[in-house]
Amino acid sequence: MTGLPLTPSQTVGPFLAIGLPWPDGPDVVPEGTPGAITITGRLIDGAGGPVPDGLIETWQAGPDGRFDHPDDPRGRPGGGRAFRGFGRAATGPDGSYRILTLRPGALPAPEGGTEAPHLDVSVFARGLLHRVVTRVYFADETGANAADPVLAGIADPARRATLIATPDPGQAGVFRFDIRLQGGRETVFFDV
Amino acid sequence: MTTHPPPARAGFTLPSYERPQGLHPPLDFPGYRSTALRAPSQPLVLLPQRLTEVTGPLLGEGRATPGDADLTTQHAAEPVGERIIVTGRVLDGDGRPIPDTLVEIWQANAAGRYRHVVDDHPAPLDPNFTGAGRCVTDATGRYRFVTIKPGAYPWGNHPNAWRPAHIHFSVFGRAFTQRLVTQMFFPGDPLFEYDPIFNSIPDPRARARLISRFDLSLTQPDWALGFEWDIVLRGTGATVFEPPDGDR
Repeated sequence: MTGLPLTPSQTVGPFLAIGLPWPDGPDVVPEGTPGAITITGRLIDGAGGPVPDGLIETWQAGPDGRFDHPDDPRGRPGGGRAFRGFGRAATGPDGSYRILTLRPGALPAPEGGTEAPHLDVSVFARGLLHRVVTRVYFADETGANAADPVLAGIADPARRATLIATPDPGQAGVFRFDIRLQGGRETVFFDV
Repeated sequence: MTTHPPPARAGFTLPSYERPQGLHPPLDFPGYRSTALRAPSQPLVLLPQRLTEVTGPLLGEGRATPGDADLTTQHAAEPVGERIIVTGRVLDGDGRPIPDTLVEIWQANAAGRYRHVVDDHPAPLDPNFTGAGRCVTDATGRYRFVTIKPGAYPWGNHPNAWRPAHIHFSVFGRAFTQRLVTQMFFPGDPLFEYDPIFNSIPDPRARARLISRFDLSLTQPDWALGFEWDIVLRGTGATVFEPPDGDR
């Protein structure tokens, strides 16, 4: 293969807040959209401390499991253009982030089978020379999660559990998903 | 000839993006101290590329206005510094340009100071410079910014540590797999050999690809110096063959 040589990654550094956050970044759907859920949590370093200078990005299918993208062979999703599929949130002083979105649908896997509803997540921060990638699944999708090919590939149940967002018992429609970059309960990160 | 219906297929075919080996810096790089508590300690888990990974946000229209690409006209007066034009193309590894895609940049001012609360470098802020820009690539994948040349600046990584002058770039491409945040440098910077972030890239040839090229033909006479820098995102391995000159 004689393709063009690729451009390598560098860290976003400590000043990403100058260029990357958008006012509507965390809103994959507008405030007040019926059925919207919040995914929120903290980005935590290897000492258990907050990462206050990080950026979380999410990408996901719509509620019907389709992507507004020409490489989705099933055609465009329904549900209108207000659903962006993409979310972006800078972390706060306590490492917290928040994304307002719709629950994604399940997806067919190209090899057959079904992927459980999930979001792909990119994490950027000072000290990360390249983004790290993880996935958010939903704790109340027990059956779909049990059949998911990605979760099935992670043998250790404790590691698998780092990919599951849990409903907040105090707030309907809020799911907690902490991201631990390093250490005892380190989140599973993927090579995509 | 007898015809049979095609076999029922459970699956479908998606593009598959190359997985470059040894291109990006390792996450754990002791020379850059901030990696110590932030680099994952477990190996990454291989994620086969499925629908979520081969699609991605097609951010372009509506995410940038024409004025966003000129960082010298965002305030009442012009910022201090060497006015420059930075342009290039966003391509994939197959040689295809990526049109209509969002490019975002941020940078220090000419004195090497960022407009950010945690930058305590005792160099002046410039009231006429924010240091953020964005634009959308044209039909040939080209982006173009007008800005001022950022200054080098000290940082606390090790004694007498200085970052070479750079502009941060963020690009999306067309698929989640192609997302890239990186930095563009300027030719001939004497600080390259001392910078652990630049040198975290294992292959010196790949490091060199982050250095823009001065181009007199891009320079606007009596006004601004021109630099060219292409960004190449992961391809699908399907190389586009250009016909030899004269074929069309």
